[in-house]
Amino acid sequence: MNQAMLNTTPTPAAAKAKTIEIEGLNFFYGKTQSLKNVSLDIHAKQVTAFIGPSGCGKSTLLRTLNRMYDLYPGQRAEGKIMYRGGNILDAGVDVNMLRAKVGMVFQKPTPFPMSIYDNIAFGVRLYENLSKGEMDERVEWALKKAALWEEAKDKLSKSGLSLSGGQQQRLCIARGVAVKPDVLLLDEPTSALDPISTAKIEELISELKQDYTITIVTHNMQQAARCSDYTAYMYLGELVEFGETDQIFMNPARKETQDYITGRFG
Amino acid sequence: MTGEHSSKQYDHELEGIRSQVLLMGGMVETQFEEALECFRIGDIARAERVMAEDQAVNQLEVALDDACRHMIVKRQPTANDLRTVMATVKVITDLERIGDEATKVARTAKSMHERGTVGFAHFDMIRTIAKATSELLHDSLDAFARLDGKQALQIIAADEVVDHEFRVIMRTMVTFMMEDPRTISSALDTLWVAKAIERIGDHAKNIAEYVIFVAEGRDIRHSKPTAAEPPAA
Repeated sequence: MNQAMLNTTPTPAAAKAKTIEIEGLNFFYGKTQSLKNVSLDIHAKQVTAFIGPSGCGKSTLLRTLNRMYDLYPGQRAEGKIMYRGGNILDAGVDVNMLRAKVGMVFQKPTPFPMSIYDNIAFGVRLYENLSKGEMDERVEWALKKAALWEEAKDKLSKSGLSLSGGQQQRLCIARGVAVKPDVLLLDEPTSALDPISTAKIEELISELKQDYTITIVTHNMQQAARCSDYTAYMYLGELVEFGETDQIFMNPARKETQDYITGRFG
Repeated sequence: MTGEHSSKQYDHELEGIRSQVLLMGGMVETQFEEALECFRIGDIARAERVMAEDQAVNQLEVALDDACRHMIVKRQPTANDLRTVMATVKVITDLERIGDEATKVARTAKSMHERGTVGFAHFDMIRTIAKATSELLHDSLDAFARLDGKQALQIIAADEVVDHEFRVIMRTMVTFMMEDPRTISSALDTLWVAKAIERIGDHAKNIAEYVIFVAEGRDIRHSKPTAAEPPAA
């Protein structure tokens, strides 16, 4: 790959390890099938983007990865999502632990109505018994990881809701990393943000992938092209094409993919 | 071929660029034919016209570069659209250089015929290379218009003939100069003309390489070209 020759970022091909392996996944909202036999791999410490038109199933797919759909009756998934040697769709899986390890950030920033400090400490307290000193360290670490420490360090006791939109989103990311996940699921994380905040979040994503596996749903194709290593193009619940982002955006194998990304769609 | 963009404006802009490139190709093709004719018959006024027309070609290059920049900033083209825009930026440089080489031929023709007696059949010397290169140029522009990767591969192979012909001409001119020093000026002029024609062949080959890039997504510059399956058309 040309990136390797320019000696900039490491090639995705070098990352052979897979954090999540999706095999033959079908998903239903009641009687309506919204994911059809989807199979793809989420590579470790790489960013995988899901793109496609509205209703293609990309957010549905994202939400199966930490069983978020469990919260809604009538929604069910069939097939395999292999993570840490087991199928997360099996009954008996500790979904709370799953959601700590596979964290999610939503399109609309959702800080808890509590202090910045407690926003982060809340999740940690559910899983770990830390002393005050240890918790202080964890909060600082998480905020630094989310590039929010400098802006928040002098107002940790202030409400999370007092932050700007971009800062709130970074707080949500800090909250997610505080519980030491393997995977971060980002559902259109910058759709509600201004361009500067968006750029900061994208910068953060490229730093975070050194430590975490990241999956992002976006309808901004330039964002997918900028941020991700792998891209999955979906349409009407099916996975149309999956590959390295460079290849998808320079020379896609499927005409349908090319039509979508070049705006010849519809 | 692919269908239309959701944005009609985008289609219109792309088509505008495409038709201007083909116009530029037609202009340099004519420039070359005219320049060869000047070399053959020594029409000085015609040679001066060829040289003056190069201005229009240069201006087209500037305008097309600008159009491509606008395309990139406005549309952020991807996949085949991106390859088309990037190839266009390269192709217009080659076309402009072809115009320059044609101008050199015209200028040399003018000075040669102003000077007078040649001493050998100068046009016969370059007849073969001129014909081969004319065909190469025409075919490369045709391949670009139709994005025909197969034809492009043939063009790349045919440029070898042009290169070979130049070496033949060089040997012949050297022989003339050694046998009769009075032919030196004309022999050198003929050699410059042959060199300019050979360079036009190289530029036509470049254009063919970009055709393969747009049509098949393969960048085969500086490598041995082989046939391959095209990706999503």
